[in-house]
Amino acid sequence: MIQIIDLHKKFGENHVLRGVSLTVNRGESFALIGASGKGKSVLLKHLIGLMKPDKGQVLVDGEDIGQMRGRKLKALKDRFGIVFQFGALFDSLTVYENVAFPLQEKTKHSAAEIDKIVRRELANVDLEEAADNYPAQISGGMRKRVAVARCMVMNPEVILFDEPTTGLDPVISNSIYHMIQNLRNTDNLTSFIISHDIPGIFKVVDRVAMLHEGKIVASGTAEEIQNSDNPVVRKFLMGEIE
Amino acid sequence: MDNCTNPLQITGRNTIAVIREMGRMGCFLVTSLFFLLSPPLLLKRIIKQMHFIGVKTILVIVLTGSFTGMVLSLQSYHVLILFGAEAKLGSILALSLIREIGPVITALMIVGRAGSALTAEIGIMRMSEQVDALDAMGLNPYKYLINPNLIAGILVFPVLTAFFIVAGIWGGYLVAVKLTGLSSGLFYGAMAESILMLDLKLGLYKSVSFGLLVTWICCYKGFYAGVGGNFGAEGVSRATTDAVVLCSVLVLVLDYYITSVMLF
Ligand SMILES: Nc1ncnc2c1ncn2[C@@H]1O[C@H](COP(=O)(O)OP(=O)(O)OP(=O)(O)O)[C@@H](O)[C@H]1O
Ligand SMILES: [Mg+2]
Repeated sequence: MIQIIDLHKKFGENHVLRGVSLTVNRGESFALIGASGKGKSVLLKHLIGLMKPDKGQVLVDGEDIGQMRGRKLKALKDRFGIVFQFGALFDSLTVYENVAFPLQEKTKHSAAEIDKIVRRELANVDLEEAADNYPAQISGGMRKRVAVARCMVMNPEVILFDEPTTGLDPVISNSIYHMIQNLRNTDNLTSFIISHDIPGIFKVVDRVAMLHEGKIVASGTAEEIQNSDNPVVRKFLMGEIE
Repeated sequence: MDNCTNPLQITGRNTIAVIREMGRMGCFLVTSLFFLLSPPLLLKRIIKQMHFIGVKTILVIVLTGSFTGMVLSLQSYHVLILFGAEAKLGSILALSLIREIGPVITALMIVGRAGSALTAEIGIMRMSEQVDALDAMGLNPYKYLINPNLIAGILVFPVLTAFFIVAGIWGGYLVAVKLTGLSSGLFYGAMAESILMLDLKLGLYKSVSFGLLVTWICCYKGFYAGVGGNFGAEGVSRATTDAVVLCSVLVLVLDYYITSVMLF
């Protein structure tokens, strides 16, 4: 469903992505791993058109999103949900308002319906008590959970998660993983997850790819990656210093 | 590219950078205005921004307005009395306030009070990916962040300018009539006689243009905070300073331009 073909991205002299190619199938959970600062978040932003590739393409259902404009691009964005690495909550709005915001702006639900959805999603991430706080008043992990809730209210078809569980305790991490798995089983949700949660993430996803030096050095099922004999992958998984 | 030492190269590079910046600013304005035409209007956000720009600045405007009027009155009185023309005081005061000082100082005060805050707010939203988050939701950042400010600026600047002028005249009246003992009939009579429709129009055009100019530049600087490699708090503070300086200079340049076009 998502196909990345030979993607290049440079920031000045910093050549971050140097020919990334990978495919994510419909209905699968896909994890991207790789060392910090190597361009995982940058890659993620290309999938929804927030960044434009210097070279290469991103195809969604066979269509190049670089060529999409106006309404078409909007329709694409409606199918995608994204959780940013640092939450990207609107800091002028409370937790509740943040989660309600996409519903208020993008749907025609009544206030009561919106309230019901928001309360449900907040309960899912165990945040009912924090509803009236502002993002600056809550912890980093709580912010992350609000971001997850804000992403889920719109029932996206595809979720792009930038480190959904970093900074969360194991219980909450697991509940987020459960949520992803449940949605995949019931709604055929496709998820693209960037994670540093190794080996935890391997239990959750179908396939894994590793980004190294701007390229995908290995990809395969979680098992294949775990048993990979690629030295780069092995070193990374073992946490060895190069 | 970075290590050129030839003065010609440096000049060339800086010129290109300035032209590029101007081009980006132009595109920014055109894009915003383009999305201005497409519904929905987002009235609530416009009102919120009007409150943000206007209500927070009103006290400052009234204060600066009345003191400006007072000092203007005092200075003019001492000059006019040399020619025995102190009867013209009201007219000089009102004309200079309406035509020049009102719109300009109001704009400068709003830049300092609300413009800088606007740049900082949008800059922080840019840095913390909130602008990207809007975009990713399929909500146009120009429409949600920029346009309400542009419209609010165009609506609020004239109103605040009017407050400034009224406060200025009132301050001038205090000094002229209560302090120096000019008769109030003379003061207001000269004023009423000399103000033409053209003067009011001039003041109005100026304040509307300043409103657009200031909100445009402040939004632009915030929106593009971090471009060129200054990220985080430094990027935001840099953007804010740039916005205030650029606005202040351009307000005065535009002021001269409008005056010369309208009066001659
Ligand atoms: N907007 C930008 N402008 C310039 N450089 C950028 C920008 N965004 C990212 N970079 C650079 O791209 C590189 C990759 O950053 P990215 O955020 O994708 O790393 P990451 O793999 O997500 O790391 P982490 O696991 O720590 O989140 C970094 O060197 C960063 O400096
Ligand atoms: Mg990242």
